[in-house]
Amino acid sequence: MTPGGQALAGTTQTEPGAVNEFFRKILFLPEQASTIAKDVDHLHYVIISTAMVAATLIFAIAAYFLIRYRRRSETDVTPKVQTTLGWEVLFVGLPLTVFLVWFFIGYHDFIRMQTPPPEAMDVYVVGKQWMWKFTYPEGPNSIGVLRVPVGRPVRLLLTSRDVIHSFYVPSFRIKQDAIPGAYTQTWFQVVKPGTYRVMCAEYCGLKHSEMWAEVVALSEPDYEAWMREQRQGLVTRRDATPSAAEREEPHTPARQAARYDAQRPHGELMYAERGTLAERGQRVAAEKGCFKCHTVDGTAHIGPTWVDLYMRHERLTNGQTVVADEAYLTESMMKPLVKVVAGFEPVMPSFQGQLEAAEVAALLEYIKTLRSTRLPNVESKGPVYEPVGGK
Amino acid sequence: MSTESSPWEDHFSGPENQSHAAQLGMWIFLGSEVLLFTNLFVGYAVYRYYYPDVFAEASKHLKTDQAMVQTLLLVTSSLFVALAVHFIRRGRQFLTAAVLGAAIVLGVAFLAIKGWEYYEHYKEGLLPGEFFHNEELTKQGANLFFTLYFLLTGLHAIHMMVALGLLTWLVWGAMAGTYTAEYHIPVEVGGLYWHLVDVFWLFIFPLLYLVE
Amino acid sequence: MNPSAESSQPAITYLNHETTVKSWLLTHDHKRIGVMFLVGVILSLLLGGVFAMALRLELLTPGPTIMSPLTYNRMFTLHGVTMVWLFMIPAIPSAFGNFVVPIMLGAKDVAFPRLNLASFYIYLTGSLLTVSGMLWSGADTGWTFYTPYSTVSPTALTPVLLGVFIIGFSTIITGVNFITTTHTLRAPGMHWTRIPLFVWTIYGTSVIQVVATPVLGMVLLLVFIERVVGAGIFDPSRGGDPVLFQHMFWFYSHPAVYIMVLPAMGVISEVVCAFSRKNIFGYKMIAASTFGIAFVGFFSWGHHMFVSGQSTFTSGIFGVLSMLVAIFTAIKIFNWVATLYGGSIDLRVPLLYVLGFIFLLMFGGMTGVAVATTSLDVHWHDTYFVVAHFHYIMVGAVLMAFLAALHYWWPKMSGRLYPERWSFLAAVTIIFGFIVTFLPQFLLGNMGMPRRYYEYPQEMQWLHVASTAGASLLAFGFVLIAIYLLWSLRYGPVSPPNPWGSRGYEWFSGSPPAPHNFTQAPRFEREVHDYTVPEAPRVY
Repeated sequence: MTPGGQALAGTTQTEPGAVNEFFRKILFLPEQASTIAKDVDHLHYVIISTAMVAATLIFAIAAYFLIRYRRRSETDVTPKVQTTLGWEVLFVGLPLTVFLVWFFIGYHDFIRMQTPPPEAMDVYVVGKQWMWKFTYPEGPNSIGVLRVPVGRPVRLLLTSRDVIHSFYVPSFRIKQDAIPGAYTQTWFQVVKPGTYRVMCAEYCGLKHSEMWAEVVALSEPDYEAWMREQRQGLVTRRDATPSAAEREEPHTPARQAARYDAQRPHGELMYAERGTLAERGQRVAAEKGCFKCHTVDGTAHIGPTWVDLYMRHERLTNGQTVVADEAYLTESMMKPLVKVVAGFEPVMPSFQGQLEAAEVAALLEYIKTLRSTRLPNVESKGPVYEPVGGK
Repeated sequence: MSTESSPWEDHFSGPENQSHAAQLGMWIFLGSEVLLFTNLFVGYAVYRYYYPDVFAEASKHLKTDQAMVQTLLLVTSSLFVALAVHFIRRGRQFLTAAVLGAAIVLGVAFLAIKGWEYYEHYKEGLLPGEFFHNEELTKQGANLFFTLYFLLTGLHAIHMMVALGLLTWLVWGAMAGTYTAEYHIPVEVGGLYWHLVDVFWLFIFPLLYLVE
Repeated sequence: MNPSAESSQPAITYLNHETTVKSWLLTHDHKRIGVMFLVGVILSLLLGGVFAMALRLELLTPGPTIMSPLTYNRMFTLHGVTMVWLFMIPAIPSAFGNFVVPIMLGAKDVAFPRLNLASFYIYLTGSLLTVSGMLWSGADTGWTFYTPYSTVSPTALTPVLLGVFIIGFSTIITGVNFITTTHTLRAPGMHWTRIPLFVWTIYGTSVIQVVATPVLGMVLLLVFIERVVGAGIFDPSRGGDPVLFQHMFWFYSHPAVYIMVLPAMGVISEVVCAFSRKNIFGYKMIAASTFGIAFVGFFSWGHHMFVSGQSTFTSGIFGVLSMLVAIFTAIKIFNWVATLYGGSIDLRVPLLYVLGFIFLLMFGGMTGVAVATTSLDVHWHDTYFVVAHFHYIMVGAVLMAFLAALHYWWPKMSGRLYPERWSFLAAVTIIFGFIVTFLPQFLLGNMGMPRRYYEYPQEMQWLHVASTAGASLLAFGFVLIAIYLLWSLRYGPVSPPNPWGSRGYEWFSGSPPAPHNFTQAPRFEREVHDYTVPEAPRVY
């Protein structure tokens, strides 16, 4: 790292508050509202400052040469100067070291950004042209406004119903593509209450620039109160059509939702669902015929049982092992024959196009609730013990 | 202009130089062609990984015996083309034209069998994309197998047609006496192209027909 | 060697030995084909520039300004398609490469002159098809044609896809031609270690063109087929994987950046030497780094997909490999600056563009390192920061090099000099205008302005206004250049054979060169850009 970069890195560490604000302001960065935002920004400051210093240095050298070695006569003769090994090593080694250091700091943060903490609460996010829909495992769902508690990690499980979208919250420094036919995930933990803008960052057609939403971060008690209210609201509207939210597609642009006003909550649509998402999942499973092959009492049938399925280590027909997380379960619904659990026939039909995104979410939540009281079973893990020198 | 009548072009330093350039150019172009097919092979690999059993089952609906005959035809034609290069180096123009003609006949036979096979697929509804409708193969992925099948064999057939046109042009040139023991660059590079088209088939055949 | 070098300027040149329209349209002369390509790419630049100005005007206000969202979406797609495939990819290799490379090698022509002409007409056909698609109903997918949107877009995407597919063939043929030419048509005495650096970069570019372009051709064809028969390869509802398209697309389109940038670097290596009257500081380092970029460029496509759901480990690998590209670029920058040391520097217009190039490449490169740092890219991906970053590289660097080449080789191509003061003014305007246009876009990206946005939040407006103001300056600079170059074609003073006193091998021929480049066999007795003796090279 150049001296300038190191000095700056040093100062950002010693007095973070003022220097951090200074850099954030001159670089026009939005507020740092998530736990990772500060770390990301600090590396940003170091890299940009180093770039500035290095560019200035190189330019100063070039300018000095331009003046010092200006042409004096039309027949000037110049000596042949050629590089030496020392220069070559310097030219390669200096940038290589600096870049690799940055990369490893950045990659360290990146791994953190890609790995949701296990205690994170889940919210399902579905993108469609041109709105965002959020569904909570507890039942409520909304379009355009995502309410989360401050100080609790939130994992988003994203998918799309049509083309690729990208869920982008500048203040959290996170972004994740929502891809049709697959689930992707990202997470964040908000540090202060407030309203944060969500934008779609992957071009998705005519109203791409109107595909906005907002994250409303509430304090933990406020969030609990809101959630209670929603659950009670559900009771009062219990007779609403089960999946009205999916079928009715209001043409209110998400942009209006983004201009959401606490006093007049227009643009935000809350639909009643019967019961929680998990209860709905049970209904979906019955309607779609999942129980013909999968049991919920722990016995193996045509397909593996759903009891304790979530996060179970499953051995596949090809010898590999997977963890039955959301991604694997979704994949098994959409492309059931790619990863078949050992001991079962590859007979499951694909539910691609037959399950709506929210129904997949409901099924996942339902499977998650199916826990036996036993300890996690180890049978399907395969042998733990390997004889010494066996191969 | 004098360059029109003589096949030697004056920006080269000599016949050897020109021949070297032509062959090098062709080899580079062949490398480029390989990458054209690579995309489809990658697509095939990815979807076979997604749907291994469906792909194996869909493959059984192809006509492996006919494909075997096709392979033999192509390999034999390549032999004839190699012979053509051998003959023209010795200045045997008529023999060159004759073996090239034989290669053309085999190539046309290959395409005829391919066309018949396409017709069979059409009858069974094994067509790419949204036109796919077969009662036995209903699983997700089978349509992708046939999409890739038609893309790979179709692209190969287009290459065959181009190469056949090239061979016809070479026969005509050999009969007209354009190629001699000294000047036979077109026969050499045309032959290279034919061999490449042959080699593509040797990759396509096992991948599509012989998968387990 | 020959004190009366100027008197040996040939009387018959490639421009005046035949003057009919047919002699131009059916020429096999690499110089005339180069000039035709130059006209083609300049017209494309004009077209792409008009689209760019329309975009900038639309973005003056946060809401609708002069066009509907659909028109805006078409505009940025066509701006991208035109600038990438019609202008930048053929700009330096096909136009200047065609003109200069055979002369630099001491050859009479390229290896396959007829293919060369065919390449031009294929380019023309593809361009016309693309432009016709624009007139039809435009395409609105962005130049990246991401599936599944591109398979469902209601606009006339098909002719655009086919047009780009056809242009690909032109690129491949040109690549094959240059590689073969470099291998087989070097003049006696032209060892591999003596080849001018511009030829090395064109060679590296050609390799990328030959290897990567067919992959693009195929993937565009797949999208085409997807649109026509619903093939389902990229369609999740038919079992396909839309992200596979991104892999295939970036496997071409990331190296494509180096198809654009490498020849630009070659131009810079020539111009720096000519105007500082010095040999290049590290010839082998620069040549080797060219191939380093060409090679590593094939293994860094995944850095376009850090947020597409690819695994964390994969992103890490692609991130590290992307850093290597920056290393190779840094090597070149250091060497160019070191070349100035001990020289006899004449700050003429081409060198001014070179300084602009180095400055913009520094910024483009450093921000490139920043976006390759995975954690930072999450915030910047698909925002104006990335837009600014690649405009610094592709527009900043490539355009600067294009203009440097245009001015440096203008006397060589036209036999006329351009007005020095006006060109200086234009150069300063363009460099300044460029910085004013794209610096605010970095800040917009930091604020979180996603790309391809028709409407945007109010607080970002003043930066957009600044950017549009810069774009107007840029446009003004281009108009200035167009005027004085057209003026120079007719009224410019006649150029001596070697107006810069350059020791580049292309100056061993006349300006403009004879129909077959040299009137007698050239002898390259000294290394390229050897300024240890006072005499300029004689003209063969």
